[in-house]
Parts: sequence; C-alpha cells; structure tokens
Amino acid sequence: MAEEAVGCGRVTGTVGDDAPSDAHAPAIVDELPLEVHVTATVGQKAPDFTAPAYHKGSFNPVSLSDYAGSWVLLCFYPGDFTFV
Amino acid sequence: MSAVADKYSELQDLGVEVISVSVDSHFVHKMWNDHELTKMVDGGIPFAMASDQAGNIGRAYGVWDEAQGIELRGRFIIDPDGVIQGMEVLTPPVGRRLSETIRQIQAFQLVRESGGSRATPAGWQPGELTLKPGPDLVGKVWEVWNPSMEQ
Repeated sequence: MAEEAVGCGRVTGTVGDDAPSDAHAPAIVDELPLEVHVTATVGQKAPDFTAPAYHKGSFNPVSLSDYAGSWVLLCFYPGDFTFV
Repeated sequence: MSAVADKYSELQDLGVEVISVSVDSHFVHKMWNDHELTKMVDGGIPFAMASDQAGNIGRAYGVWDEAQGIELRGRFIIDPDGVIQGMEVLTPPVGRRLSETIRQIQAFQLVRESGGSRATPAGWQPGELTLKPGPDLVGKVWEVWNPSMEQ
C-alpha cells in the first residue's frame, strides 16, 4: 500500500457509506455530514470506517475492513499523552 | 495503549489484530509513540493508531463524549465475520484490564470453533469445563457447575 501523502488538511475518520470513494484518501473535516448515528450493537455487524493512521513509522490510512477474516480488538481512548 | 502493546504478541498468537482510535491526529500519535510509548514498550506501538478528529467513528460506536470532545474508553471484540461479540465502555479515569479482554476473546473463539454448540460459564478460563446447552442441561446446570468453581 502506498504511503499517504502528508498534507495540511485536517483529515478524520469516516464511517460506512460516508467514506470517500477512494477508501485510502481520508475525508477532510469540512466535507463531513453533521450527524452520524450510533449503530454499534453486540451481535450486529461492526460499522466499517476508514481513518488516517500512524502504523510502525508510516502514515497509512486504516479501515476496519482491512482486517476482514481476522478477530479485531478495537480500542478507543480519551487521548494521547493522558495518564491511564 | 502501552498495556495493549505489551500483550500484542499474545493477541497475535490468538489471531487478533488491534486498531486504536482517539481524536488526536496521526501526527500526534507518532509523537506520543516516539517520545513516550517507546520508553514503555520495546519497539513502540506495533498496531495501527487511527485518528478520528471529528468523532465520526466514536459516534458510530457510541463512545463519543460531546461535552468534552473526546472518546471514552471503549473496547470492542469483533469476530472474523465483522460482528461485534463484546463491548465495554469506561469513563476516562479507570483503565481496562487486558487479561479479562483476552479471556473473553478465548471464550468467544471456543464458542465459534464449536459452531455455537458450547457455552462458557461465569469466570471460565481456558481448559476449564464448558457447557453444552440443550434439553438435557435444562435445570441441571447445578450438577456440573456452581459459582464456587469460579476462580
């Protein structure tokens, strides 16, 4: 996978159908819809997403669907440089 | 996140991939990894650290804190079909216990490998007795399992 070009736009994660047509070109914040509804429920399909990511020295966007066929542990946390 | 990185090889042995998500940019993720996390875990963070600056992913997963503009501590166990099998959400001051998450993954993997014919009782650990739900077990769980067996 080609490494993402590092620009100055404020890029962010997107969910499901809101993802840009090029799955590896994360959306710019200004282009996003205002409302995203909670869809995560146990026993149901996990909402797919695409987001800019840092991974072992490179900036490469990651999608949940990149790991289809594997078990995935998805961990949200309040922020980098926090204490817990 | 260093706690997850520390157990990464154990997770990989179980066939588990990890993605972490916060509202920080991927550039900040790099700085946090390079300047702090590499001092806690050899080699730094081995998995993808995703950035969700606008909170879209957090909203979809129900972990978005609108007032603070952050994501709560949420961890989701997703199976190879992309189905969420487990979720746990904590407010920021309390950290997770990863060994419990790994235990749950092992239990979900056992149930999946049994084609759903097995269930794991409370407190189950790998190698311990599992239950076979069916007509013969109704009203008779007490014969094979009781809470004192939980370690």
